[in-house]
Amino acid sequence: MAADKKIDTTGLLGWIDQRFPLTSNWKAHLSEYYAPKNLNFWYFFGSLSMLVLVIQIVTGIFLTMHYKPDAARAFESVEYIMRDVPWGWLVRYMHSTGASAFFVVVYLHMFRGLLYGSYRKPRELIWIFGCLIFLVLMGEAFFGYLLPWGQMSYWGAQVIVNLFSAIPFIGPELSVWIRGDYVVGDATLNRFFAFHVIAIPLVLLGLVAAHILALHEVGSNNPDGVEIKKLKNKDGIPLDGIPFHPYYTVHDIVGVSVFLIIFSAVIFFAPEMGGYFLEYNNFIPADPLKTPPHIAPVWYFTPYYSILRAITEEFLRWGLTPFLLVYLAVVWMSRAAALSKLIATVVVGAFVVGFLVLDAKFWGVVGMGASVMIFFALPWIDNSPAKSIRYRPDWHKGVYALFVVVFIVLGYFGVQAPSPVGERISQACTLLYFGFFLFMPWWSAMGEFKKVPERVTFAPH
Amino acid sequence: MTHWISRLVAAVVVRTLARTAPVLAAAVLVAAPVATQAAGGGYPLDHFPSEKLTDQAALQNGAKLFVNYCLGCHSANLMRYNRLQDLGLTDAQIKDNLLFTGTKVGDPMRIAMAPNDAKAWFGALPPDLSVTARARSSHDGSGSDWLYTYLRSYYRDATRATGWNNAVFPNVGMPHVFYELQGSRGVTIEETKRAEGQGFSKTVITFDAATGLRTEKTEKIEGGHPHEGSVIKLGPAVGGKLTQAQYDEQVADLVAFLTYVADPSAKTRMRLGVWVLIFLSLFTVLAWWLNREYWKDIR
Repeated sequence: MAADKKIDTTGLLGWIDQRFPLTSNWKAHLSEYYAPKNLNFWYFFGSLSMLVLVIQIVTGIFLTMHYKPDAARAFESVEYIMRDVPWGWLVRYMHSTGASAFFVVVYLHMFRGLLYGSYRKPRELIWIFGCLIFLVLMGEAFFGYLLPWGQMSYWGAQVIVNLFSAIPFIGPELSVWIRGDYVVGDATLNRFFAFHVIAIPLVLLGLVAAHILALHEVGSNNPDGVEIKKLKNKDGIPLDGIPFHPYYTVHDIVGVSVFLIIFSAVIFFAPEMGGYFLEYNNFIPADPLKTPPHIAPVWYFTPYYSILRAITEEFLRWGLTPFLLVYLAVVWMSRAAALSKLIATVVVGAFVVGFLVLDAKFWGVVGMGASVMIFFALPWIDNSPAKSIRYRPDWHKGVYALFVVVFIVLGYFGVQAPSPVGERISQACTLLYFGFFLFMPWWSAMGEFKKVPERVTFAPH
Repeated sequence: MTHWISRLVAAVVVRTLARTAPVLAAAVLVAAPVATQAAGGGYPLDHFPSEKLTDQAALQNGAKLFVNYCLGCHSANLMRYNRLQDLGLTDAQIKDNLLFTGTKVGDPMRIAMAPNDAKAWFGALPPDLSVTARARSSHDGSGSDWLYTYLRSYYRDATRATGWNNAVFPNVGMPHVFYELQGSRGVTIEETKRAEGQGFSKTVITFDAATGLRTEKTEKIEGGHPHEGSVIKLGPAVGGKLTQAQYDEQVADLVAFLTYVADPSAKTRMRLGVWVLIFLSLFTVLAWWLNREYWKDIR
């Protein structure tokens, strides 16, 4: 056996440690994982995302015990859970509110990464795993949203699956293959159920493990964007690092309890959240013959949905084409490598020709996809000498603020019924949204940067 | 002692607020569009008197009205009769007062009418009313507001097969079930449109309260600043057993019952929620305290 293994523990723990790396993992990830001591408010949302994930899994298990993934019984079985299953209403409201809460905490968590440059070297893989988690989470939410089998569930799924039919040549067959039918039906419900309760959660858990392992390999970033591992004491412990347990465990408990207050306030007093967390139309059973007058996705998808709707024939010609040409001109005037300039020319050229050849609906789908996928590029397009917003030029804060406003405005118009004014504003915001990322290699390096300190700024409590 | 506690509480509140402000701001941003959502442009909804929701006598009366007037055609399949114990009724009372013959107290509130018959008789299936009070919610008002206004806005219209029409639900399939209680109303509909050529014209359509006969008169508008649109003015009810105020009370009771049926756990939920929030607030104080003690080590 592991006779040559050196173990400090005795008794039962020693017995386990001989056979399983319990103590060593506890140390590596908690009691001797050194996190910067200056983590602030924005650092609550990582642990809160984990909390919401656990809430969703546990409540989901109990919902699965009573839910019927059957087009004839699904709607009724959700109401059965709400009425006849003991505490079923609580479990269901926790799950439905949890879905929205998940996106709230994940958006804030991602925004933290943006503020403090958490995706910069050496944390690129943490960011990539995080973006994959976000993509998978969107899939999880989309599949789950069909399950209550209300009008919005049904028509939302219909609209989104139809998007695939915009793909040239294979589109129509592809969308039938996804649905398993010519319209969303029982077959669709069954497969979405399978994806929602097992396939996607398995991938999600794997990605979350990878996200955290990658984080613990390189260590957490912090609001100053200072690498605490540069300065260590004689024991090799970072001077500005403190053990995650107990310091950040007790810290996160405060975050958790405040989060639970807000979460419970919604669950117990406003589970519909004014029609944003539970949409009113979804209390009408799915009816394939009756299209609702206004179909909108749930709030957390609306910024991307707005971009989809903003892309019209006219916008391709007078909005995106000039935008991409200006972009190309900027690339050519920059000091980028000749190869980069060539690639940019080919890509922009392909888009501009593609805009003329293919349907605007297809480009809407591409735009929506690109608006999510573009987050992956952040580690390589941010050229700021300082990681953290604290040491960037003040006007950079304005750029981030504008991005937040653009994101919220897009989200707002994604909820609204289409209107000419809304369309124009969404189109302007679409350009600003993509401009934020595409021009980041240049604007992020511009301006006067402040001196980044050697050590983190910290005021003892 | 109390001085010390008040200082602690104040400190916790300030710290918690400082930390949660961004979260609260996010929550407000999420909820804000509710307030700014443009009105749908339909008939303006009256406010359902929500105090009825906690009035047991009103809810019981609503249950009685529902069984007597609605349950002939509309089911509430997701609701069981014996759940009405929530309203302070015993199984015996439910059996004696609310059950049709042959129904058991544990049964859902079903109807005997076959869907095909219903389609043949009314042109459409009378919808199940289990969750209608939630489904009818919109950014113009709650589902309860909608129901409360709808059931009070019937008017005579001889052009319709049933002889009735509704200001909230134009060309509704259901006749005025409470005719006997409310009596009948006439209506004046003023439609302002851009006239052919130039200027605006106003069309006044009236339906007579007694006969439902339609009259129409169009005239050109001279001067002023007219806008396109239509205004519906319901006339007073005549010939009912109840006064308008009494009728409003009865409808409010029924809507209270339908609101309860749409989410029967709502009352338990809110009662429990208060205790959950009290517990979590105390827990937050402890968590904050624990955190502060540990972090004293960190210099």
